[in-house]
Amino acid sequence: MLMPDPDQTVISRKREIVDKLREIVPGEGVIADEDELKVYESDGLTAYKQPPLIAVLPESTEQVSRVLKFCHKENIKVVPRGAGTSLSGGALPLADGIILGLGKFNRILDIDFDNRCAVVQPGVTNLGITKAVEDEGFYYAPDPSSQIACTIGGNVAENSGGVHCLKYGLTTNNLLGLEMVLIDGTVLRIGGKHLEAEGYDLLGLMTGSEGLLGVVTEVTVRLLKKPETARALLLGFSSSEAAGELVASIIAAGIVPGGMEMMDRPAIHAAEDFVHAGYPLDVEALLIVELDGPQAEVDYLMETVSALADAKGAVTKRVSESEEERMRFWAGRKAAFPAVGRISPDYYCMDGTIPRNQLPHVLRRMREMSEHYSLGVANVFHAGDGNLHPLILYDANKEGELEKAEEFGADILRLCVEVGGVLTGEHGVGVEKRDLMPDMFTDIDLKQQQRVKCAFDPDALLNPGKVFPQLHRCAELGRMHISRGQLPFPELPRF
Amino acid sequence: MGDRYKPETIEQVAEIVTWAAAEKVPVEVVGRGSKAALGRPAQTEYSLELSGLTGITLYEPDELVLSARAGTSMAEIEAALDEHDQYLAFEPADYDALLNGRPKDEAAASGSLAGVISCNLAGPRRIKSGAARDHFLGLKGVTGRGEIIQAGGRVVKNVTGYDLMKLHAGAYGTLSALTDITVKVLPAPEKTRSVLLFGLEDAAAVAAMTQAMGSSHEVSAAAHLPSGIAKDFDSSFFPNDARSVTAIRVEGPGPSVSHRCAALRSELGGQTDSDELHSHNSTPLWRYIRDVVPFVSDVSAEAGDGNAVWRVSVPPARGADYVAALKLKLGEATEALRYYFDWSGGLIWVSLPEGEDAQQHAVRESMADFGGHATLIKATAELRGRIPVFQPLDLGIAALSSRVKHSFDPHGIMNPGRMYAGV
Repeated sequence: MLMPDPDQTVISRKREIVDKLREIVPGEGVIADEDELKVYESDGLTAYKQPPLIAVLPESTEQVSRVLKFCHKENIKVVPRGAGTSLSGGALPLADGIILGLGKFNRILDIDFDNRCAVVQPGVTNLGITKAVEDEGFYYAPDPSSQIACTIGGNVAENSGGVHCLKYGLTTNNLLGLEMVLIDGTVLRIGGKHLEAEGYDLLGLMTGSEGLLGVVTEVTVRLLKKPETARALLLGFSSSEAAGELVASIIAAGIVPGGMEMMDRPAIHAAEDFVHAGYPLDVEALLIVELDGPQAEVDYLMETVSALADAKGAVTKRVSESEEERMRFWAGRKAAFPAVGRISPDYYCMDGTIPRNQLPHVLRRMREMSEHYSLGVANVFHAGDGNLHPLILYDANKEGELEKAEEFGADILRLCVEVGGVLTGEHGVGVEKRDLMPDMFTDIDLKQQQRVKCAFDPDALLNPGKVFPQLHRCAELGRMHISRGQLPFPELPRF
Repeated sequence: MGDRYKPETIEQVAEIVTWAAAEKVPVEVVGRGSKAALGRPAQTEYSLELSGLTGITLYEPDELVLSARAGTSMAEIEAALDEHDQYLAFEPADYDALLNGRPKDEAAASGSLAGVISCNLAGPRRIKSGAARDHFLGLKGVTGRGEIIQAGGRVVKNVTGYDLMKLHAGAYGTLSALTDITVKVLPAPEKTRSVLLFGLEDAAAVAAMTQAMGSSHEVSAAAHLPSGIAKDFDSSFFPNDARSVTAIRVEGPGPSVSHRCAALRSELGGQTDSDELHSHNSTPLWRYIRDVVPFVSDVSAEAGDGNAVWRVSVPPARGADYVAALKLKLGEATEALRYYFDWSGGLIWVSLPEGEDAQQHAVRESMADFGGHATLIKATAELRGRIPVFQPLDLGIAALSSRVKHSFDPHGIMNPGRMYAGV
C-alpha cells in the first residue's frame, strides 16, 4: 500500500514539534517515545503497520483546536483516532504525521429523555451510551459488532452500521448534532437537539467522512425506547437461493424485521464448533430472522413469517420461546468472526453490499474464485440490507498468501460493484479499498469529492492517503477549462 | 425574463450548465415549479426545468428501492408505490396549496421527486422515520461546473465515498442539477389509528406527546392543534365545543395497532377525554397537518393574503416553551398569532400578519434558550427578498457552506442566493 511520501523536514523537526505540542497538551498527553508509539501503529486492519511520528491525547476542545491550528500552520499531517477498531485502516498512522487520539473525551455530558437524545464526547464507547440510558428503558440503535470497544466518534467517522440497519438505520440516521474542529482550529457546532440543522446538511456530510474533513469533539445522538420484546426464528435451508427467496417474501409481505442474518455452510460449521449454539449442520444456509416491537405485533408477525418459511421450504425451523433461547440463536452469529479465526490461522474480512437478489449469483462466483485462489471463504450476510461479509481464510506465514487473499478480496468487491452494489457497506474505504475507488467512481466523481474535502482542508493535512487513490492539489482541482460558447440547443423547445 | 430550457437527457443538462458556467450566467434550477415560491426569490434570467426528465427507471419492491429521473411527478411515484402497498416513509409534505393557493381537496401529490428531495421536505412521520435525506440512496446530476457526477448507489448500507446525497438533500438546487434519484422505499403499514386527546393546553399537550414518544408503543406521529385550528378541521370526530385536539398516531398490523392504541389511551387518557380515529379517518387528519392546510388560503404566496407562515424547528419537548416565549415577545401582536405543533412539539407552524417583517425577530429569538431555527415558508417575494428566509448561520458555518457551494459551483450559477446571499 503506497502512502504519501513522508515529509523529511517534518520528521527531522520531531523534538521541536513535541515541545510545541507539550505547550498545548501538557505532561503525558504527548507521546514521543518510539516504544510507546507502537500501541498506535495499526488499527483493526492489522496487515498494515506504521508508527506515527507523535501521538497527542488532548482533553478539551480548546486543546484540539490549538493542536490543529499548530499543525495547520506548520504543515504537519494529522490522523484522528478513536478506539482504533477500524477494519479498513482508517486510523493507520503516517510516519510524518501525528495521531490525534480522542480517548480522553470519555464523558457523557447530558442525557435528555424528554427529547430522546444524549450529548456525549467522542471517546465514549457505542455500548457505553446504551449502558448509560438502559435503566430508563432507552438505547442507542446502531450496534456495530465492535460496540464494546468502538467509540461514537469513530462511528461518526465511519457511519457505522450493525445488524439492525434495515429497520433502525445507520449512524447517520441516528445523529442530531456535532461539535467539530476544522484543520485551521475553527470550532463549529452543527444541529442540536432539534430534528434538523439549518443550511446544508453538514452533519450528514461529516458522517462517514473517515476523518478527512474535521475532528469531532462532541456528538448528540438520538435515543430510542427499547422494543417491548424481541423473538427470533432460526431457519435452515438446502440452498442460499431458498433462503434468499424467504427474505424477499418477508419483505413482500410488508414486514421489516429488526434483523435478518444469513450464514453459509462454512460459517455455520465454524460457529457451531466454537459456541455450540445448536445450529443444524446439514444445511447450506442458515437464516436468523428477528422481529422486535410491541408484544402483540411480534407474536402476530411471528406466525406470518413462520408460515412463509414453511412455504419456502425451510428444512429446519426453531422459534425462540425465551430470551435465553433467542440469545443462543445469536451466539453463533455474533461469534462467527472469532469462530472462523479458529479454523484458519488468519482471515481477511470483506465488506461489500449487493442488491439482495444477487446473493446466489455472488456466492456462486465466489466459490469459483475460491477455487481459483485455492483459499477458503466463509460468508456471513446482513440479509436485510444486502451487506456481505466474506471471510477469506489464509495463512500469513505462508509466502504470498496475504497478497493472494487481498487479490481475492479485491475481486469480490469488484463483483459487488458489477452486480449493482458498492465497495463498502460499513467498514469504510480507508487504505484498504482506496485503490478500488475507480471501479465504482469516475475520475470526475472522485475529483468532485476531493473538491468537497478542499472546502474543509485545503492543504490535505487531515488523514491524507485514505479514501482517495490519487491526491490532487486543491488549486489544480479548482481550475475549470472552459470555452465560451453559443446558446445551447438551438433546437430545444423554449417557452 | 430570458429562456427556459427543458432538457430531456443528462447530456443536455450538462451542455446547458457548461454554457451557463462559461458565460457566468445564473440559472434557476426548477423541478415542476410547485415550490417556486419557497426560498429567496430567484433573480435569474434563465431557467433550467427538470420536468422533461421523467419516468421511473427502476422499481424493485422486494429490494425496497426505487430510481426515477429527477422531474418525475410525485403523483406518479406515489401511484407506483401504492400498487405494491409501499411508500416513502418520510411522508413527503406537499406545500402546493399553501404556496400557490390551489384548492385543498386535490388528492394527487404535486411537484417532482427532485423538488421533494432538494427541499428535504418531510411530514409528521419525520419524528420516527427521518426526513427525505434519510431515504436518499443515490444520485446522478450535473454540478455547477457542468460535470456529470454520481454518488451513492441503490443499497441502504453504503459508506463508499462522501455522502453527497445528504449534502444535496435540502440544498435547494444550489450545488447541482439532479437528474436521477434513488430512494429507499418501505412497506406501507397495514393499519393506522390515531388516539385523540381533547382540551389540553399547549404545555400539557407537549407533555402528553413526550410521554407517548418515550413509550415503547412506536408512535409514528404526534401533533397538537390548539382550539382555533382544531375547529377548522371539518371532522365529526372532533368535539364541537372548540376544544383543542392532540393526536397521536400508531401504525402497523391490525392486532398490534389496536393493542397499542388501547395502551396509549389508558396511559395518557386519564387526564382528559379521548377518542380514536381508524385508518379511513386518520389519513385526512394527518394530511391536513402535513400540508399546513390550516394556513392555506385561496391566495398564492406571490399575491399575498396578508399572512406569513413560519416553520419553526426546536427540541420537541420545548415546543410549548417556544410558543410561550413567542407570545411574550409579541405582546399585543399575539392576537393575530395562529400556530400548531407537529413532530411531538419539535415543529411549530406559525402564522402571523406579514406586516413590516413578519415579526422575524420575535420568531427567531424565542428559541434562544434551547436552539433551533425558523424558515419563512410563505410570504410575498418582496418580503422573502428583504429578510432572511432561512435562519442566519453562524459565521464559521456560513463560511464553510459557501466554500462547499464553491466546490460544486465556482461561478455561483446554480440557484444563486436561493438559500443565503452568496450561496
